[in-house]
Amino acid sequence: MKNNFSLIIFSSFLQILGIFVVTFFILHLIPGDPIQVMLGESAAIADQMKLREELGLDQPIYKQMIDSFLQIFRGDFGKSILTGMPINDQIIDAMKNTYLLALSALCIAIIFGISGGLIAAKYKNSLIDRVIINSSLFFISIPHFFLGPLLMLWLSIWLGWLPISGMNSPFSIVLPALTLSLGMLAIIIKMTRNCMVEIMDSDAVRTARAKGLKEWTITINHIFRLVLIPLITIIGMQFGALLSGAVITETLFSWNGLGMLLVDSIQMRDYPITQACIFIIAISYVFVNLFTEILYKFLDPRMKSI
Amino acid sequence: MNKLVLFIAFFWLIGITIKLLFGFDSNQMVFSEILIEPNYSSWLGRDDYGRDIFHRLIDGFINSFEIIFLVTIISSFIGVLIGVIAGYFGGKLDQFVRYLTTLFMAFPGILLAIAFAAILSPGKANLIFALSIGGWVGYARLARAQTVLIKNLDFVKASESMGSSNKKIIVNHVLPSLKTPLIVEATYAVASLIIAEASLSFIGLGLQAPAASWGGMMRDSVRFLLVSPHYALFVGLSIMSLVYCINFFGDYLNHKWDVTKN
Repeated sequence: MKNNFSLIIFSSFLQILGIFVVTFFILHLIPGDPIQVMLGESAAIADQMKLREELGLDQPIYKQMIDSFLQIFRGDFGKSILTGMPINDQIIDAMKNTYLLALSALCIAIIFGISGGLIAAKYKNSLIDRVIINSSLFFISIPHFFLGPLLMLWLSIWLGWLPISGMNSPFSIVLPALTLSLGMLAIIIKMTRNCMVEIMDSDAVRTARAKGLKEWTITINHIFRLVLIPLITIIGMQFGALLSGAVITETLFSWNGLGMLLVDSIQMRDYPITQACIFIIAISYVFVNLFTEILYKFLDPRMKSI
Repeated sequence: MNKLVLFIAFFWLIGITIKLLFGFDSNQMVFSEILIEPNYSSWLGRDDYGRDIFHRLIDGFINSFEIIFLVTIISSFIGVLIGVIAGYFGGKLDQFVRYLTTLFMAFPGILLAIAFAAILSPGKANLIFALSIGGWVGYARLARAQTVLIKNLDFVKASESMGSSNKKIIVNHVLPSLKTPLIVEATYAVASLIIAEASLSFIGLGLQAPAASWGGMMRDSVRFLLVSPHYALFVGLSIMSLVYCINFFGDYLNHKWDVTKN
């Protein structure tokens, strides 16, 4: 197990290093002179020189890389080109909002996904089962940028229950969180149902029934524990889709998170912010994967022996 | 085959036939009919510039398929090349490719495409580049796994012991075995590329106006959700139905060739 474990840590470390290198080179891949792209071609030479010096672009490339690595290691993401202010506060605020949104979506998906899957599996092949499975198929194939407007149309324009966008009221989070969660919810339902059905027919469960255990005990102790393992893998994998979906969802609902900051910074050509957003989103994904992997090892007794 | 899928495929076929036969201009504006609802002259209504939504959807379909076709060709070629070489020769090279794919998988979903589309100036070629840069990984993993599997089969070993060169084994045995899983993988990849391309256009990184793109239309339509919900509905339904169709087709091929089992 120890060997396996260090391999996981090593590959995560490698990924973080890779993310750093890719985000570092973003600035250098801009066709032409990045300074001219950012300031415009008519900018004064003195301004150009100043910015070049500030971003460290006049240094040799290995030195730039080491400097920016040390900078990020200290938790400093540099200054915005547009306002000249340090972007740390902005990034941290956006990060909080994005995590709030992603975690709410995750909670909705897990709670309703697992209970929906349990119900569908309990009443296998009944009308409820078919309704749940077919509607989840619908939600798997609907992209975020269409589901969002549909929910806006239904819940806030026609029914008037929720604010359409922005983040002024505490209920503002409902629509973006729903938009973000439904795809994942559908996948969790499908997975839970199929696993449950498979395990319910297994010999182990039949033995447990024959021992005279209560149905409730069997469902929780024998069936659900086994379902949990593939479920955690799929949730970890889907978290990436959640993070990249957040870019679209936040833009759509004007939710001040990393995704919206990313899109805004791209439009404003404020590349330090773009770099920071991409870096943080990718790093979060790596950490979630690492966490999933570790959790997985603890939950699955078969993995411990390897 | 599902009737719904046939219907949707038929719908797009009609659209493309109309385009080929009559060659409409999707940028033609009729200012007296801005955001008009569906009627006889414009089947799906008109958008905020008085342009026919149906015509723009067809043009968007053609535009995005041009991009997606090229992305699929490029990324599958690179992916298969890397995957087969890594799987066949193994060793240090294989290890390196494994690290490379791990690195690319650190970026969730379309984040890598967003990063590259953001720094390159918007345009068709750059969009294709941005989408291909993360696209090859899936193909490479598939090709590598399949190559390792085939390489160790008895008939390949036999061929090797008869003195066949590496090139001959790859061309005669490895590549043919890749054909079916690759087509299935590519079908699913096309479905997700449609969404990826539309997402990029949605946040303003795809094709630029006035060229028609589904993501761009979706973004425009959301602004008019209150006054003309039909605009957003038609655009969204087109994207969704096409993705559903392609996924369905992928499932069909998967079943037919039994790819997952192999």
